[in-house]
Amino acid sequence: MKFAVIVFPGSNCDADMYHAIKDGLGEEVEYVFHTETSLDGFDAVLLPGGFSHGDYLRSGAIARFAPIMPAVIQAAEAGKPVLGVCNGFQVLLEAGLLPGAMKRNIDLKFVCRTVELVVENNKTMFSSGYEQGQTIRIPVAHGEGNYECDDETLANLRANKQIVFRYNEHVNGSKGDIAGITNERGNVLGMMPHPERATETLLGNDQGLAVFTSILRNWRESHVTAS
Amino acid sequence: MYKVKVYVTLRESVLDPQGGAVKSALHAMDYQEVTDVRIGKYMELQLESTEKLEERVKEMCEKLLANTVIEDYRFEVEEVVPS
Repeated sequence: MKFAVIVFPGSNCDADMYHAIKDGLGEEVEYVFHTETSLDGFDAVLLPGGFSHGDYLRSGAIARFAPIMPAVIQAAEAGKPVLGVCNGFQVLLEAGLLPGAMKRNIDLKFVCRTVELVVENNKTMFSSGYEQGQTIRIPVAHGEGNYECDDETLANLRANKQIVFRYNEHVNGSKGDIAGITNERGNVLGMMPHPERATETLLGNDQGLAVFTSILRNWRESHVTAS
Repeated sequence: MYKVKVYVTLRESVLDPQGGAVKSALHAMDYQEVTDVRIGKYMELQLESTEKLEERVKEMCEKLLANTVIEDYRFEVEEVVPS
């Protein structure tokens, strides 16, 4: 399975994401610069954390118009797994691939620590490696992770089981303590916590690795036939 | 030439954490008469004369300058007379 890590000016978790795939998951991965226009040959797309285009104007607002974005949208429409973490989540929201928007954290502080998440839905291609309702510990590092949407959108997210991860504590003021959501089809996941920073026991935490093993297992089930 | 002043604010229905912090500060400074503070963005665009100027500025606001999921915008157009 071949993963693309999209690199915007200001991405700073791109190397972590690359490392998670190459060394944590043991699969093929390549950086794709934001000025590229094609994602042909890739099976999954990863949008890393950071501060794309300096977060000028709003987080993710300028990256959304990068030359690579039509290819990202095309990959999402083709049903390929698209994962946006932190700033990558913000880019997916700005691009309209996921509903809602991000505001400054409720207490206006940059929060940088490991938090508890609850796996709200383990029946997605990103979370099948977890138990339903499992509590996991994943690091967060963000100043604008306060997820906002109207009540109708929240009701839809709940009804369609699009909420995959929920904070088990009040981290940033997010509506419904939402930490990660998918699109309706379930192949685009945006999450503020950083699973790519928690992929090895050597560094103290491997509870994020299951996000990537879930993607791989799902892909193998639908693409690799036993001979 | 035209100058366009664009104002972007969080929608009334959306809680504004920055505005709330500034309101608390004003109260701490004994300006109790302040009942609400909303913080927004102000942008000035310089534009060459163009057809459908207002329509194009509206497009710029909806595509990039404001996130209409949580923000409202308004703008004022001024003709700049070269001196």
